[in-house]
Amino acid sequence: MEPVILLAPLLGAIVCGFGWRILGERTAIVFTTATVWLAMLLAWVVFYTLPEEVQHIRLFPWVESGTLISEWAIRLDRLTAIMLIVVTTVSALVHLYSFGYMDHDPEWKPGEVYKPRFFAYLSFFTFAMLALVTADNLLQMFFGWEGVGVASYLLIGFYYRKPSASAAAIKAFIVNRVGDFGFILGIAALYLMTDSILFDDIFAQVARLADTPMTFLGMTFRSSVELIGFLLFVGAMGKSAQLFLHTWLPDAMEGPTPVSALIHAATMVTAGVFLVSRMSPLYEYAPTAAAFVTVIGATTALFAATVGLVQNDIKRVIAYSTCSQLGYMFAAAGVGVYQAAMFHLFTHAFFKALLFLGAGSVIHAMHHEQDMRKYGGLRHKIPLTFWGMMIGTLAITGVGIPGTEIGFAGFLSKDAIIESTIAAHSGVGMYAFWVLVIVAALTSFYSWRLMFLTFFGEPRERGKYEHAHESPWVMTVPLGVLSLGAILAGMIWYGDFVGEAWREFFGPSIILSEHNEVLEAMHHLSFWAKVAPFVAMLIGFFVAWLFYIRDPSLPRRLAENQKLLYRFLYNKWYFDEIYDFVFVRGALRLGRFLWKKGDEAVIDGFINAVALRAVPAITRLYQRAQSGYLFHYAFAMVMGVVALVTWIMMRGGIE
Amino acid sequence: MTVTAFAFYVFAISAIGAGILVVFSRNPVHSVLWLILAFISAAGLFVLMGAEFVAMLLLIVYIGAVAVLFLFVVMMLDVDFAELKASMAEYLPLGLLIGVVLLIELGLVFAHWNFAPEAAALRASPTPSPAEIANTQALGAVLYDQYVYLFEIAGLILLVAMVGAIVLTLRHRPDVKRQDVVAQMHRDPKAAVTLIDMKPGQEGRAHGFRGK
Amino acid sequence: MMSADLFTTLPEILLVLMAMAALMWGAWGPGARIAPVLLRLLAWAMILVGLGLLALGGDGAQTAFSGMFVDDFYARVVKMLVLVAAGLVLLVGEAHLGKQNLLKFEFPILVVLAVTGMMLMISAGNLIGLYMGLELQSLSLYVIAAFNRNSVRSTEAGLKYFVLGALASGLLLYGASLVYGFTGTTDFAGITQALAEGARSLGLVVGLVLILIGLAFKISAVPFHMWTPDVYQGSPTPVTAFFATAPKFAAMALIARIAFDAFGGMKIDWAPVLGVLAVLSMFVGAFAAIGQKDIKRLMAYSSIAHMGFALLGLAAGTEVGVEAMLFYMAIYVAMNLGTFAFILSMEREGQHITEIAALSNFAALAPGRALALLILLFSMAGVPPFLGFFAKLEVLKAAWQAGLTGLVIAGVIASVIGAFYYLRIVYLMYFGPETEPMESRMSPTARVVLTLSAAAMLLGAVSTFGFEDLLAAAARSLVQ
Repeated sequence: MEPVILLAPLLGAIVCGFGWRILGERTAIVFTTATVWLAMLLAWVVFYTLPEEVQHIRLFPWVESGTLISEWAIRLDRLTAIMLIVVTTVSALVHLYSFGYMDHDPEWKPGEVYKPRFFAYLSFFTFAMLALVTADNLLQMFFGWEGVGVASYLLIGFYYRKPSASAAAIKAFIVNRVGDFGFILGIAALYLMTDSILFDDIFAQVARLADTPMTFLGMTFRSSVELIGFLLFVGAMGKSAQLFLHTWLPDAMEGPTPVSALIHAATMVTAGVFLVSRMSPLYEYAPTAAAFVTVIGATTALFAATVGLVQNDIKRVIAYSTCSQLGYMFAAAGVGVYQAAMFHLFTHAFFKALLFLGAGSVIHAMHHEQDMRKYGGLRHKIPLTFWGMMIGTLAITGVGIPGTEIGFAGFLSKDAIIESTIAAHSGVGMYAFWVLVIVAALTSFYSWRLMFLTFFGEPRERGKYEHAHESPWVMTVPLGVLSLGAILAGMIWYGDFVGEAWREFFGPSIILSEHNEVLEAMHHLSFWAKVAPFVAMLIGFFVAWLFYIRDPSLPRRLAENQKLLYRFLYNKWYFDEIYDFVFVRGALRLGRFLWKKGDEAVIDGFINAVALRAVPAITRLYQRAQSGYLFHYAFAMVMGVVALVTWIMMRGGIE
Repeated sequence: MTVTAFAFYVFAISAIGAGILVVFSRNPVHSVLWLILAFISAAGLFVLMGAEFVAMLLLIVYIGAVAVLFLFVVMMLDVDFAELKASMAEYLPLGLLIGVVLLIELGLVFAHWNFAPEAAALRASPTPSPAEIANTQALGAVLYDQYVYLFEIAGLILLVAMVGAIVLTLRHRPDVKRQDVVAQMHRDPKAAVTLIDMKPGQEGRAHGFRGK
Repeated sequence: MMSADLFTTLPEILLVLMAMAALMWGAWGPGARIAPVLLRLLAWAMILVGLGLLALGGDGAQTAFSGMFVDDFYARVVKMLVLVAAGLVLLVGEAHLGKQNLLKFEFPILVVLAVTGMMLMISAGNLIGLYMGLELQSLSLYVIAAFNRNSVRSTEAGLKYFVLGALASGLLLYGASLVYGFTGTTDFAGITQALAEGARSLGLVVGLVLILIGLAFKISAVPFHMWTPDVYQGSPTPVTAFFATAPKFAAMALIARIAFDAFGGMKIDWAPVLGVLAVLSMFVGAFAAIGQKDIKRLMAYSSIAHMGFALLGLAAGTEVGVEAMLFYMAIYVAMNLGTFAFILSMEREGQHITEIAALSNFAALAPGRALALLILLFSMAGVPPFLGFFAKLEVLKAAWQAGLTGLVIAGVIASVIGAFYYLRIVYLMYFGPETEPMESRMSPTARVVLTLSAAAMLLGAVSTFGFEDLLAAAARSLVQ
């Protein structure tokens, strides 16, 4: 059953991508969608029939080189099962949604066939993501890691005629290389220290590694686990768009909206969180690395939320929101509450996919207009989408009844994270707590800002407004399903993920050290700590209402008043500009130097001198010796004899 | 000084002297003649060592056949030695230098000459005492028994030399008459000879002779 | 005693008897008509003797004629390769010889006698035996070099080869006599024993060097290689093909034999000499081939360079080195067989041509053959994944393990330079300007040989089908 989950999407991708000419366009995409749905059904079966023990399902031997042995095996435990249902469910819904969204795409000329390619990429992505989450060893995981990178590249650049899309695809790929470099260094370090890349072997040796020093780049780390944890997290930062390596995610919105929903919101970008959770035994022994994870996570959350406040592109707002929510997850993982991180990952997949697909529906309705300033009042035109988006917003902002376990999905999971940070009773925990509470307010603000600008008020672009229409059922059904998830996922699984039952639920998939009692402490927090996020959310909502319903001229005035701050935020803290100046231009300058001076002047110059001057000169010289005269030849031989004999006598060593 | 010693020095000096003259004589025919003298001296040395068979071989094969052949070749080819010498002068300094270097080195080698103590015992075929066995007989035993392997290879080499010489030089020219013994013997005189009745006073040139 | 000796040398005796019978038949038999028949008979006889030798010989070692003839596994493996190579050359060259009106019955006989000489060399256990085998081989080669006596070039080739060969033989004999003088024996076993007792001295070293020089001439190692281009170019092409394959292997095997069997105790003396010869050969071979216009001349320099690489393996002075040398030589011979099978077919208007320029745009004419030639040339240049690359790799690895870092670096540089002229031919074949079209008429045998050797270069990278183990066993039996 598990191999079917893994391989069915691959089969779909291959059949659809290569066979559509034979099968026909329609059959091909229906087939690949069917394979993903099959995978989803089986994934839910697996989720509910999961045995307690970790299962290793061996498929075939893969790499064997000395002690580096990697079998292709499926590791089946709770973490895998969670990821399986997240990936397959969102993927299946996105496949269905794409039937509607990708129909009559204005990027393509009539008659051009693009849908099989799109579906094949989607299915291929699904396969790669499943390979990542089912990995039994680090190499296999790296395969999936790179596979999703490739799929992401292909899908961001799907509109390859748009230069901006190609640029975004390249950017995503290159920025991810930085992270992947860290990841593979981490794998190499682990292999170096433990002589294995199997998770089980590594986990068994972590305690020993914690006392083993390791030298890297001339620096000696007292505990090699700290270094490895840091390196692996660099990989996670790249994939999950954390601060410093986040720049690719907003640009990735150049891809079609279903792609954004699937890859850049629900699944691929959470791979980093999954990695950190998977390596929980390791981070338990690496307090410094874990603290680093928390700081980066919380700071990313803040950064992305502040930038999200002022963006006008509907997809970019959600993209920054994603970035910010990922920060939440890392903050939780960093303080040792992987359960909360996974919980938020799980619920976030529903409501963020919902928001993206809803935004896609809006964009679809508005004829591919993405600027929110041109929306307004759409709730009358597209009521189903409106309600879907509303549910998503309620979920992400965390609406619920404080002190109880009743609320939208985001309420339960996000509050669990915020509570866990303060329950950690550490400096970074405190920092993360305050930051995340503030971010909760900001989240609320930008989410409601999006809702108000899009669905409320007066239509600001009459022409498009008049032609707006509700999307077909293939698009609204996924919205409905995800809405259910966004409402209920938190309430249903709260107990399992972060409640009392977590030990039975997660089983051996998350291993905590004996000193890690954060989750326990979380349930005994003071009332104000539990209410703080809720209050923050209310503040955010109120300010948004004030700005965009009550007095729509307020934002403009504020922006003019605080020009510097506005521009700072609008330009995303100038990260792109700084990177462009330091890395891109620097790299170009270095490249040009190596090209002009290094390659053309030195290497070409040298090679040309040797190849065009020295070699022919030697050859000519030699050919003069090869005169054809017998006595010259004999003479050369005698010279050779004398030289050799003289040399051997001069060498000495003979008495 | 015994007669033997005296004879040795005479032969030795004449061998070396003749060798030098082979190289330095201006006339190639003289060179060959000096070579013959050198061979004769060497044969004499062999006789002194009791190897009369080898001495005779030297006389018969080297002098009787090889040297005479040399003489023929030299006389027939008419090589312009003056020209060769002129071009030799060009290379003389370098050649001389190399020669000297080589000589010094070989001198060094000679200076290090020391037989391994067991060398004499290791020598493969010590000369048997003439009293025990006749010289020729001993040679036969060495050649056809002990070293039959090498002897046979030598035979093969000569075979190759013969085949090679024939292959490279034998030509069947259709326009050149060759002796055909069988045809000669079966010749019918009647067909070959015609009697011409020649009247006195007539000039024979008018009819000419016919025949084969 | 004698019968055991004869039995040990049975393969050689068989060949000689066949050669002599063939000679009788040719001289007294029906005349020129039987030359092709004789050629095929003798060629197949050589191949069968070679294969039989290995199949029936077992893996033991014995000597004959009081140690003058050594029959060990090493000898059998090398002989097999030499015999098969010689047989194939004859078969491939037959059509060409016929066309050039050179197909006399003496030709295959001389080849068989030359090969017999090589076998004696390979099995040499004595300095005199070595010399006799060498001369039997050389004399036959001199004759067939001049086989086209109507061609001035061929005659010149034969003469040059003969005179310089005589000089080399003289040097070898001089060296041998020095060795005899300093050890008192010509038996390899005796020399080894004398060395073990501390006989190493200046005279012995000089003798050894002179012997090596005499043999270096035969494998055309620089600076004793000057004859090679002229002789390769002047000789009839089948003869050139023969020169490039069997004698090279035999002489190389002989160097290994004398180095390990007789002078095993003087590794510190011969290893550097071979190293110097290797480097010089690799570089001169690489440099001089650039700018050649005649493909046979080019092949001469190519073989000089290849000999350098093979010597590099020997210079390592280890069992691995010998194995690498054998591997290299076997692959070298295979590549040359294929390449010459092609060169033999190069024609224009019925005339054999050897200009490289004629290959221009050949790929358009005969894509299959061009591809086969491309594979062979890439392999010779040492481009992965062809077998030639692995041959070079093995040799360099052996030298590296022996600590000859400098030689290894030189080898890599030389192989880069050498790649130029191989690739130039490929360039010409595929991208060259259109010229007068060249014809390539190949007999079925030649076609099979070309295809097989190209396929071997390609498939060998995957598996050598136990061939490497065979060579390893051979190397082991020599170095023991």
